[in-house]
Amino acid sequence: MAPEIPIAIYPRSVKGRFRNLKYAILILAYTVFFLLPWMRWERATGPQQAVLFDLPSRHFYFFDLVVFPQNIFWLAILLLIAALLLFFVTGIAGRVWCGYFCFQTLWTDAYLLIERWVQGERPARMRLRAHGWTAERIGKLALTHAMWLALAFWTGFTFAAYWADAPRLLTSFVSGSAPFAAYATVLLLTATTYLFAGVVREQVCTYMCPYARFQSVMFDRDTLIVSYDRNRGEGAGGRHKVTRALKSRDERQAAGHGDCIDCGYCVQVCPTGIDIRDGLQVECIHCALCVDACDGIMRNLGWRTGLIGYTSERALEGGRTRFFKLKTWGYGAALLLAALLLVNSVATRAAFDASVRQTRQPLTVMLSDGSIQNSYAIVVNNTSVHDLELRVGVVGLAGASMSVQPADEIELHPEESLTIYVKLRLTLQAKAPKRIPFDFALVPEEGASAPLKVPSQFYTR
Amino acid sequence: MMDEPNKQRDGSEVGTTGHVWDGDLQEYNNPLPTWWIWAFYGTVVFAVVYWFLYPAWPIGKTFTRGVETVTYTQANGKQTTVPWSSRAEFVHDMQSGPEAIKQKTWLEKASQASMQQLGTDPQLLDFTMKIGKRLFGDNCAACHGAGGQGVLGHYPNLTDDAWLWGGSLAEIRQTIAQGRHGFMPSFQGSFTATQLTDLAEFVLSLSGTQGGNPEAVQRGARLFRSDQAGCFYCHTAAGTGNRAVGSANLADHVWTIADVSGSPSYAGKLAAVEGVIKQGVQRQMPAWDHRLSQTEIKLLAVYVHALGGGS
Repeated sequence: MAPEIPIAIYPRSVKGRFRNLKYAILILAYTVFFLLPWMRWERATGPQQAVLFDLPSRHFYFFDLVVFPQNIFWLAILLLIAALLLFFVTGIAGRVWCGYFCFQTLWTDAYLLIERWVQGERPARMRLRAHGWTAERIGKLALTHAMWLALAFWTGFTFAAYWADAPRLLTSFVSGSAPFAAYATVLLLTATTYLFAGVVREQVCTYMCPYARFQSVMFDRDTLIVSYDRNRGEGAGGRHKVTRALKSRDERQAAGHGDCIDCGYCVQVCPTGIDIRDGLQVECIHCALCVDACDGIMRNLGWRTGLIGYTSERALEGGRTRFFKLKTWGYGAALLLAALLLVNSVATRAAFDASVRQTRQPLTVMLSDGSIQNSYAIVVNNTSVHDLELRVGVVGLAGASMSVQPADEIELHPEESLTIYVKLRLTLQAKAPKRIPFDFALVPEEGASAPLKVPSQFYTR
Repeated sequence: MMDEPNKQRDGSEVGTTGHVWDGDLQEYNNPLPTWWIWAFYGTVVFAVVYWFLYPAWPIGKTFTRGVETVTYTQANGKQTTVPWSSRAEFVHDMQSGPEAIKQKTWLEKASQASMQQLGTDPQLLDFTMKIGKRLFGDNCAACHGAGGQGVLGHYPNLTDDAWLWGGSLAEIRQTIAQGRHGFMPSFQGSFTATQLTDLAEFVLSLSGTQGGNPEAVQRGARLFRSDQAGCFYCHTAAGTGNRAVGSANLADHVWTIADVSGSPSYAGKLAAVEGVIKQGVQRQMPAWDHRLSQTEIKLLAVYVHALGGGS
């Protein structure tokens, strides 16, 4: 037995509604990804780029929203929402993520477009390979790979442009003065994009992608899958090509053959190189291109479409697909809750935040008049895009006197952070508890935003 | 996993190296994967490149120095270039790394500013407190504690408002730069036991400590203010201390040497005060002006002032 050589896949192009949907999503995704870093945005302070992840200063800009490191839990909720959305959608509609939205699918699709544009349709590509290393083949392969590399490079550069001022990064990148991290990122993404979308392709989905491995646990009998209608296609006597004697449906049914004419179109268009007629397989990314292919053939023959189609296991067995199950409601509720939480948190974020650090060496100090002093350092961040004037006060600590450094009234520029040092002095009443909880109140001037209360405590001994 | 380890992927038998020992002992020829071999050659090439770039081989009393060099400024201000070493790299980073340059700029700003400005300008105070914490930790914390809390009886607490030598910015700066010598003689041999107790009773009464014997307090007060004892020379007749000589204010609630607040009973407090009168006090803080720069002393003074709120 000869060692198994992986068969190269030459997906044929196809026309149809799912193909159109895939093109629409590809155009949308590419437009957003490639244009976003070049979009400018007017801000009173900060960079003039609409979306910018400024790592050195730890500020993350999304249009009018500035995200600070302390908002990291927004990212946690966002990831949670992404995961829940994936579970929710997968439970209802199967691997739509794989088929339409996954980066691997999108970039492989674009690479296939380039390949087809340079080397021609499936038979032309196969012929090119069969003829060996001709000058034509070398030329076309070189052009294909050059274009792949160009797209890979621009993908890598675009990614890097999200983390720096895009136009400036481009000039510094070309002139060789960009930071090392920029070159490393672009190189890595160029290499991986080229490798995964150009060379490895469907093997990423089959062998590398973890999602392909565990998506089956989200499936049930009502989950939409791309499936071949075996009963209709095979009939009693199996599938059969259209021959002189087996042309019309009546003739075929009389001879016991099903509607599948075994034209192989559904196999040829498959980007992962499987035969959908063999049933549900882990390699199938449910892109539905075979549906388009089969529907096209059926329409040409004048037969009913849907021999291959989006259906569910229950529907295949003659039942009706139930979209709204307990699982759907559960995922939906969790998704809604997480989304509301995030929206609420983003919408009601304060103009500033503060954290109190109590001085612990020593915790309490006896002063010359017999009163007790506690010291605190309050770190205040202005997370708004406006100047902020604050006054520090104390709530719930009767009789305390306070001294503040650098000043009673502090001024913070946008996105500025400052530490203020507060000393509280309290003449103790008899039977004072060991620890008195109270709040620091940070009150902005002129009601610019709501006062912030930060809980703390006063130690008496 | 393959069932038979010596079958190749296509099912054919693995060859042997051709050697035979003891008549029938043979060795299968299972070479390493090609990628592994090339990765190994890669490490060899890396090692050779490394020998040229960095110090690598010991030769007698010296070593190969490599071609990488580090340039830094010596203590006398001269630029020097040495073969690469992690120590030279560290010195270079401390002098001209991005953080070092940032710190230099701020130090320059701080050296221009007055102590008043350091304490009230938000940005300068931020810098002062951070540098001050480091300077304090390196130079002062060994005695005064990491937070300036001091050690009762030995090293003053810098976080309260009792300043033996004065708590103004200028006075604190003077203390750090010139050092201080605190001294109170021992009165063990000068007084009888009763007189010692009388004095201690009076001193306790100065800060309003309850439980004393009124007659003993009266006697103590007379003794305190008499030329025979001379306590008032340093502590003043009212017992409020004198910052010129660093004598403690005995009329406040802060006890820097006698552990009065730590003793629950009146007898304990009395014994603590009596102990100090008997033993006397001998404390010295060294001068720092020859160890720290003027700017560092200035920053430290502002930091210490902020610890206790100064005066």
